[in-house]
Amino acid sequence: MTTAAAITCRITPEGYVRQLSSVHTGDFRRLFLLAPVPSVERVIELRNLSKRYGPTVAVDGLSFTVKPGQVTGFLGPNGAGKSTTMRMMLDLIRPTGGQVLIDGARYREMPHPLRRVGALLEARSVHGGRSVYHHLKWLAQTNGIAKSRVRSVLEQVGLAEVAGRRAKALSLGMGQRLGIAAALLGDPPILLFDEPVNGLDPAGVLWIRNLMKALAAQGRTVFVASHLMSEMALTADHLIVVGRGRLLADTSMAGFIAESGSDSLEEAFLQLTAGAVEYQGRGDR
Amino acid sequence: MIAAEWTKILTVRSTVWTLLSTVVISAGLAYLLALNFRNSFAGMSADRQAAFDPLFATFLPITLGQLPLVIFGALTVTSEYATGTMLASLAATPNRARFYAAKVLSTALMAAGVTVVTVPVMFVAAQAGLGPLRTSLGADGALEAMAGACLYLPLMCTFAMGVATLLRSTALTLGILLPLLFLGSQGLGNIPRVMTVTQYLPDQTAWVVMHLAGPQDEARWTRDYGAWTGMSLLLLWTLAALLAGYAILRRRDA
Repeated sequence: MTTAAAITCRITPEGYVRQLSSVHTGDFRRLFLLAPVPSVERVIELRNLSKRYGPTVAVDGLSFTVKPGQVTGFLGPNGAGKSTTMRMMLDLIRPTGGQVLIDGARYREMPHPLRRVGALLEARSVHGGRSVYHHLKWLAQTNGIAKSRVRSVLEQVGLAEVAGRRAKALSLGMGQRLGIAAALLGDPPILLFDEPVNGLDPAGVLWIRNLMKALAAQGRTVFVASHLMSEMALTADHLIVVGRGRLLADTSMAGFIAESGSDSLEEAFLQLTAGAVEYQGRGDR
Repeated sequence: MIAAEWTKILTVRSTVWTLLSTVVISAGLAYLLALNFRNSFAGMSADRQAAFDPLFATFLPITLGQLPLVIFGALTVTSEYATGTMLASLAATPNRARFYAAKVLSTALMAAGVTVVTVPVMFVAAQAGLGPLRTSLGADGALEAMAGACLYLPLMCTFAMGVATLLRSTALTLGILLPLLFLGSQGLGNIPRVMTVTQYLPDQTAWVVMHLAGPQDEARWTRDYGAWTGMSLLLLWTLAALLAGYAILRRRDA
């Protein structure tokens, strides 16, 4: 930690300007000045993970691994169990069967989990009456993260100027940036995003897409749940597709489209998940 | 961990206001109620004048002054559920026993800090209002009552936290706790027969030490327990509420 802090200080004057400009251009290559902690090959490993709510099976024996250095898309129709799976990765929901291992350990056994795993959950998890700065401050305090990180992530996501504003006064896009700042706070080598572009304008969508690619290019593990095919086609290198809580595909993006004999990810996805959607209108295929 | 919980408490207006109003309500009411006792003293019968207990007049405002602290204790937990902050909290501290211990300890310490300001200020304000009827710390039972009040307020706050963790909702928690505490202050604990049960309600158990339960040497006021046994009963209530809250927190999905 001491070495890392020293490096940051030495390159700050120049790095600061570059960080600010990169926020606007969407060029994230120089955004993160520190190399992430190297991860072992299988970073996230799900072993026969299941979750039942009474008679309803939300996640049904899911097994896959997520590797570092690429963006892994987690696709599935609404109600396929994506959010439940992500929350089980963070031990927010207790599985009824199986387990999730992150670098070989369970999430709840990590002494400072925010330094290993950063997550943007779909649901808002911010008190509207608390300021942007203070929200990140208490999060940093729980995991022994230096207070200087709060300022630096706020600059990274372009929220430095509204640091004193209350969270409920943020626009949807700014709120999403705050969620991402919280995920990046501990400079974690593993990042989980649940529907990160929901409700964002095109500039916001582009910003998040470039951010995820930049994070993966640094060797971090990036795992993104989404049901937006066109967006995933532009972002993800690898795909994990689920339907009704079951694994339908675990393959590279190119391989997925080629295998299905379709022209686009959307078409391939619809073919694969045709039997697994919850509700189908009469006009649908 | 505790520093993080304190940051949470002090960076939201609602919790800061409840803490401030604890001091203001207790001290303000202490002065006003004491003035009222002083002015009506001349009109009292000789019996009632003889039985007048300045400590009763001094500690009576605590029956209302406890309410903001109870609300504070409940809000530290239920506002996390209402705003979704609980997801961030549990992701940051996935060990739920550790998270709960830090939350309870930090909130109880904050309540204790407010209490050690509130109780002496309330005591001084009440004596100023009582004028010639006033008592002093040297009086029989006065120091004990002070100590009792200093334990009572943080314990009630912690009790409310346990109930809030069990119920998870602000409306539900306060909907149960506030009427219970209001009824207590309306003298429910002093009605014969009803009293055999109500004297064991959590807030009632600490009333003997604070001279709020009436003179204990009179048969109609006498409770089945003494001053400090009563305080231990409140401690048991608090531990039971905390354990019930933990049983739910540990098992339920966030």
